Amino acid sequence: MAAPARVVYCLRQGDRALVLSQRLSLWLTRAHALEEEMALGNLGLDLLGQSRILYGRAGELEGLGRDEDDFAYGRSPEEFLSPLLLEQPDHDFAWVVVRQLFHDAWAMPFWSALRSSRDETLAALAGKAVRETAYHWRHARSWVVRLGDGTEESHLRTQAAVDGLWPFVSELFESDEIEQELVAEGVAVDPHSLLDEWRERVDAALNEGGLRRPSVLDDAPTGGRSGRHGSDFFALLDTLQSVAKEHPGARW
Amino acid sequence: MRVTIDRVEASVRAVEDPELPHVTLGDLGIVRSVDLEGGVVRVVLTPTFVGCPALEQIKDDVGEAIEILGLEPRIETTLSPPWSSDWITEEGREKLRRAGIAPPPRLGDQEPLVALDRPVRCPRCGAVAERLSEFGATACKAPYRCTTCSEPFEGFKPL
Repeated sequence: MAAPARVVYCLRQGDRALVLSQRLSLWLTRAHALEEEMALGNLGLDLLGQSRILYGRAGELEGLGRDEDDFAYGRSPEEFLSPLLLEQPDHDFAWVVVRQLFHDAWAMPFWSALRSSRDETLAALAGKAVRETAYHWRHARSWVVRLGDGTEESHLRTQAAVDGLWPFVSELFESDEIEQELVAEGVAVDPHSLLDEWRERVDAALNEGGLRRPSVLDDAPTGGRSGRHGSDFFALLDTLQSVAKEHPGARW
Repeated sequence: MRVTIDRVEASVRAVEDPELPHVTLGDLGIVRSVDLEGGVVRVVLTPTFVGCPALEQIKDDVGEAIEILGLEPRIETTLSPPWSSDWITEEGREKLRRAGIAPPPRLGDQEPLVALDRPVRCPRCGAVAERLSEFGATACKAPYRCTTCSEPFEGFKPL
């Protein structure tokens, strides 16, 4: 039997937050400045907190006794429903901030709209997350502008990140029957409704950083939200689940 | 001896935040309700930042404070309405200042980032300080440096 739509929705959003959190946490001890390490760690922590609430809600709705740890550590890669944008490897710091820019330009209107969800947990989380995401967005935007408008080298690298991540953006705005059903019920946000604000935010940031906006692709990659991931995702998940796999049920 | 609800509530509110010296849960404004029924105390807390790792410690500490009174704790959290740094009491703000942490700028109807950009004063000399980053060693604080007395300090972030 297929999982109820609302469970899938909570898992998709929880997975999105967890995978991005994991990507960011991998920069701890590797960023170029202590302040930046704390910033990325803080972003990751906020996202981890969001994923825990979303997994908690998924478990509650599913009613099979699965908790946040079961969802994070006990599922195989194809059970994760996160968008492909977030699993792309960080070739350098520009990729981190451009990915964050693309994600947060989506997350700002997403959380803002989800505040009126008929699901009380989702609405309450959204009220919290929209304020925290404002911090994330400003951090990402200021870095993209600074690097885009910086040296020749930083400009080239940032443009490369924009070009490299651009194909993965369109998946953020896809929806399927599951989501349309929940949109009709007033539970979910229609991803199409986020596109205008996303464009406005991203275009303004790219312009200010002197960066070129790539053209729209006809056949953009997709499938992450249905559990079809690339090889980078397997490595990412392996790291995330390694301790739990080595010491099943461990507590500390 | 019967423990009164006032006594229980005072004990819960007096629990100190593990990361903010001497600042209590009451000062922070995160205690939504305390109810006592048949030896069971139900406490509802509002987390500050959603991923704040101190929350687990806070729940343990609240549980301990209740068990000491010979009662059974039931601790729940709620995200609605979302906690705001404006809920920190006047006494809490004063305690933060005394601990060398600048209290958060008042939000009122403003967005958190607008409030974040308002001037923050050095808790030691009172001069306007510069913010070094929007993110600090805990989710709720940002690092600053006083341009007058050169002292580095932390400021509580508006949320």
